[in-house]
Amino acid sequence: MMSAYIDFIRIRFIMMLAYRVNYYSGIIIYAINIGAYYFLWQAIYGDKETLAGFTVTQMTTYVAVSWMARAFYFNNLDREIANEIRDGSVAVQLIRPYSYLVVKMMQGFGEGLFRMLLFMVPGMIIVCFLFPVKLPTDPMTWLIYLVMLFFSFLINSQINILTGLFAFFVENNEGMMRMKRVMVDLFSGVVVPIAFFPGWLSAIMQWLPFQAITYLPSSVFTGRTPSDQILQVFGIQVLWFVGLLVPIWLTWRAARKRLFVQGG
Amino acid sequence: MRYASLFLEYIKNYAKTRLTYRADFWIEVLSDLLFQGMNLIFILIVFQHTPSLGGWSEAEVVFVYGFFMIPYGVFSTFFSIWNFSERYIVKGEMDRVLTRPAHSLYQVLLENVDPPSLIGSFVGAIIMVLCWTQLGLPFEILDLFVLMLLILGAVLIYAGLYTALSAISFYSDAPTGIVPLMYNIQNYGRYPVNIYNKMIRFVLTWLLPFAFVGVIPASYFLEKKADDLSQLALLTPVMGIIVFSLGLLLWNHGVKRYRGAGS
Repeated sequence: MMSAYIDFIRIRFIMMLAYRVNYYSGIIIYAINIGAYYFLWQAIYGDKETLAGFTVTQMTTYVAVSWMARAFYFNNLDREIANEIRDGSVAVQLIRPYSYLVVKMMQGFGEGLFRMLLFMVPGMIIVCFLFPVKLPTDPMTWLIYLVMLFFSFLINSQINILTGLFAFFVENNEGMMRMKRVMVDLFSGVVVPIAFFPGWLSAIMQWLPFQAITYLPSSVFTGRTPSDQILQVFGIQVLWFVGLLVPIWLTWRAARKRLFVQGG
Repeated sequence: MRYASLFLEYIKNYAKTRLTYRADFWIEVLSDLLFQGMNLIFILIVFQHTPSLGGWSEAEVVFVYGFFMIPYGVFSTFFSIWNFSERYIVKGEMDRVLTRPAHSLYQVLLENVDPPSLIGSFVGAIIMVLCWTQLGLPFEILDLFVLMLLILGAVLIYAGLYTALSAISFYSDAPTGIVPLMYNIQNYGRYPVNIYNKMIRFVLTWLLPFAFVGVIPASYFLEKKADDLSQLALLTPVMGIIVFSLGLLLWNHGVKRYRGAGS
């Protein structure tokens, strides 16, 4: 059974490879984003050395790493699921001998691997040439970061799956998907690190899963998180991964009872 | 006249389809506002850590954002053709559009009108009025006319750029990732452009003139800055006409080249 799931990763990876030209433009998009935020932050810092505990160099690195991490964990599982629910093909998926949601997760991972190898890595190299990014030298930090990045992917995909499954209940969840995307970008810390948020907002953020997607791993990577707290920070990610399984399971159970196919 | 009655028919049609998904309509309005809110939150957070951004105060940057929301809302209402390439070229719906007598772009736009986006314009106007009083700017009746003119120019710039972008699908077979690229770039035209390096500033002003939908026209109403962007403000409608004409030319030429996807 496991090998079948692994095949889903492989197939999605190969599928993405067929459309790889799109990804070269993607690298440019991300480089431009990083560039614009680099200048914006440069202007915000002015001649100040540190803001909210971030030095200018840490901030530049944070911006670069966060956007590139986004390239890896970003996927459209919510849209895929919603489309399959709407056109009714989910019904066929349900009678097949595998778990629909695990398959979606595997496909997302295949896409993530593709994005990591053909997007994140070359993109990061380009960005390092263009902007004063300072990468950590300790191999342990890299290792921890990679594990945390994997959990970023898991948590983000879980949120996507949850959003996608709402199509069972609201028929057309386009607005909801857009709302989710906006929230993930702002509250995960891609645009502004959570440490910059005003006190009350960052207090709310600590109780939401979004910070586990970008802010926590990027803070560890840029050396913002003291080394004795790294394990604790990673623990938060694991907790959210496990915690999110509950609403997904509940929604999925309720959803299968509700399935009605619109047309087709 | 025929185009006006077509417009009415399409809007009626739109209302009917949207009423099928009533809850979704409100979620879309909400998500639109949340999206605008997110950018506003970004500005507010930034100014908690610095008193000025390239010489612009918080109220001024928010003012620029408020201005930007007005043409952006109008534009999103009538130009919501993000998935043009996928729907019309790849799935072949363009063939259907071309068999009809009305101009193809007009039909495509009307098939995709999205009135909820207009709410963003109203919110933008409110933000602008609030900042206007907060900044203690003088107000004359003439300003209202200039404002209308600048908004119109900004909408035309947007319209031209996105028409050109959509027209690219006529020339290239593979759906390209250019639209998300533009989607990001347009954001940077809202911040004081003097914070960017020369090249980005040049691109934002003259090549992909997104500075003309935000910071440049808005600066007309604000206090003069060292770089004096407001000198360019009245060029906005001129730029609008140029950009939109170019976009339309590219579209018309693309339609002539279009051969259909087959299948």
